[in-house]
Amino acid sequence: METYEKKDTRSGFGAGLLEAGRHNPKVVAFCADLTGSLKMGDFAKEFPDRFFQTGIAEANMTNMAAGMALSGFVPFTGTFAAFATGRVYDQIRQCVAYSNKNVKIAASHAGVTLGEDGATHQILEDIGLMKMLPNMTVIVPCDYNQTMNATIAAAEYDGPVYLRFGRPKVPNFTPADQKFEIGKAQMIQEGKDVTIFACGHLVWKAMEAAEILKEQGIEAELINIHTIKPLDVEAVLKSVAKTRCVVTAEEHMRNGGLGDSIAQVLALNNPVPMEMVAVDDVFGQSGTPDELLKAYHLDTPDIVEAVKKVIKRK
Amino acid sequence: MEINELKRVASQVRRDIIRMVHGCQSGHPGGSLGATDLITALYFDQMQINPAQFRMDGIGEDMFFLSNGHISPMFYSILARRGYFPVNELATFRRLGTRLQGHPTTAEGLPGIRIASGSLGQGLSVAVGAAQAKRLNNDPHLVFVLMGDGEQDEGQIWEAAMYAGAKKIDNLVGILDYNKKQIDGPTDVVMHLGDMRAKYEAFGWKVIELNGNNMQQVVDALRLARQGAGQGQPQLLLAHTEMGMGVDFMMGTHKWHGTPPNDEQAANALSQLEETLGDY
Ligand SMILES: Cc1ncc(C[n+]2csc(CCOP(=O)(O)OP(=O)(O)O)c2C)c(N)n1
Ligand SMILES: [Mg+2]
Repeated sequence: METYEKKDTRSGFGAGLLEAGRHNPKVVAFCADLTGSLKMGDFAKEFPDRFFQTGIAEANMTNMAAGMALSGFVPFTGTFAAFATGRVYDQIRQCVAYSNKNVKIAASHAGVTLGEDGATHQILEDIGLMKMLPNMTVIVPCDYNQTMNATIAAAEYDGPVYLRFGRPKVPNFTPADQKFEIGKAQMIQEGKDVTIFACGHLVWKAMEAAEILKEQGIEAELINIHTIKPLDVEAVLKSVAKTRCVVTAEEHMRNGGLGDSIAQVLALNNPVPMEMVAVDDVFGQSGTPDELLKAYHLDTPDIVEAVKKVIKRK
Repeated sequence: MEINELKRVASQVRRDIIRMVHGCQSGHPGGSLGATDLITALYFDQMQINPAQFRMDGIGEDMFFLSNGHISPMFYSILARRGYFPVNELATFRRLGTRLQGHPTTAEGLPGIRIASGSLGQGLSVAVGAAQAKRLNNDPHLVFVLMGDGEQDEGQIWEAAMYAGAKKIDNLVGILDYNKKQIDGPTDVVMHLGDMRAKYEAFGWKVIELNGNNMQQVVDALRLARQGAGQGQPQLLLAHTEMGMGVDFMMGTHKWHGTPPNDEQAANALSQLEETLGDY
């Protein structure tokens, strides 16, 4: 496999926000005492009048953003995914999703790869919480470049967006100039034996798994579902018609995640064997990101195993 | 306990903090070092507790909650040194499978922890609830809770403060780690807190102001708070502290809020802190 420079997706967000801010003077940003962690410092420096430090007050931040969106601004709110969603669910539900305001919820440090801070901060339910809300678009980019481009696309899109990214440095393999199309699944590699649908940090793990499988004579098709909602149903069904079995991979709870969305599409349209690589109804814990991916069965070998299992069920 | 004895405990706690965050290369030394004197005095002088037989329900003893859960190294060290669990376990801080999670949790059953914290702004409400339960149980013991000053930005703090004042929760003692710093910088810059004494007083609290790094003042203030319990008002110790206290290069800045020292920095820090009770 080719090697790529490792970069964190949160830095991709910071770069995308700066770019969006340069492009559109209506783009504004809020942050709840995590400017460094969210990499929002460059935006704050270049546009001090359009950056709002809220202190540690996520509920206030969310509704202030909705208030600014009323008059044509494009507000981004920045904090950790745990506090960007669960802590302010009702604020998002009432004033962002239901009121359909053009607020972009930027959520960093999602999933177990947050690492040592432990379960209080490692949210694994956020995709589910956000995708359940009508009007909400849910985006989970896979690397630095894609997070940068997704941020720019989110700023251009009119409507509520949940943008989920993370803390660790991961291979930056998508091209810097690749336009991000919301709702359009991204074919990473074609294959005929199985389809792997992955999102976020697990797209790279799935690429590694596909490489291992190839050596064993299994041709996996790999599709990056960077937009969980609206889901690219057409791309899902097209691939499955060919491969006839599916593995999903995500750094999220099985309940409410990407796999759950794909399972609905399959159950309603074309039921085929399916395995899910996801967290199985437990909270996270402290550890290094790599240790935790292993401990929660979200690693490359887990995807390989899931593929072998699902092919047997064909 | 004698003031000098308390100071010796605090010195060891500070060593533990440095060694814990250095050992796992993560965690929050700054706030932990600043709040050490407050919670050392609380656990070793003031609180009526039974560490040998930890009771989750806290019936018949004083209770403490750490609302600003990120300063867990300080809390874990004090719990261990006070006998809640073996001191050697401090070496497992933040490592896979540990009971000493990055932020305190009940999921792993660590004695001394009664509720998870880490998401800021929630501990005062929990403490109010626990204090109210004590009143219904006719349990005369007190409930203590430590909060950060950045944490005061959270609206929920003021929901709890309003309730405690309005409902006269007078067996509750809040302690504010008033170090005037948070992650992004000084509180004055991030979110000006204004007059904290006046704010709590306006919510019906009795406020005791002190230097939270002066052991004599801490002990006196805690004793005063116990005397003041049962008089119709919740009480707040407005404790002026210094983030990073005891380690010169960690003081006067917010930079060490959540950054571990490297080998050289850790050695330097430890050279400034006397080993009094034996390192773990
Ligand atoms: C609800 C919530 N929002 C954000 C954070 C991230 N966070 C952890 S500590 C901290 C700053 C806390 O400031 P303060 O209470 O003053 O503690 P100190 O830095 O003095 O230790 C922030 C923003 C969090 N833990 N919880
Ligand atoms: Mg502070």
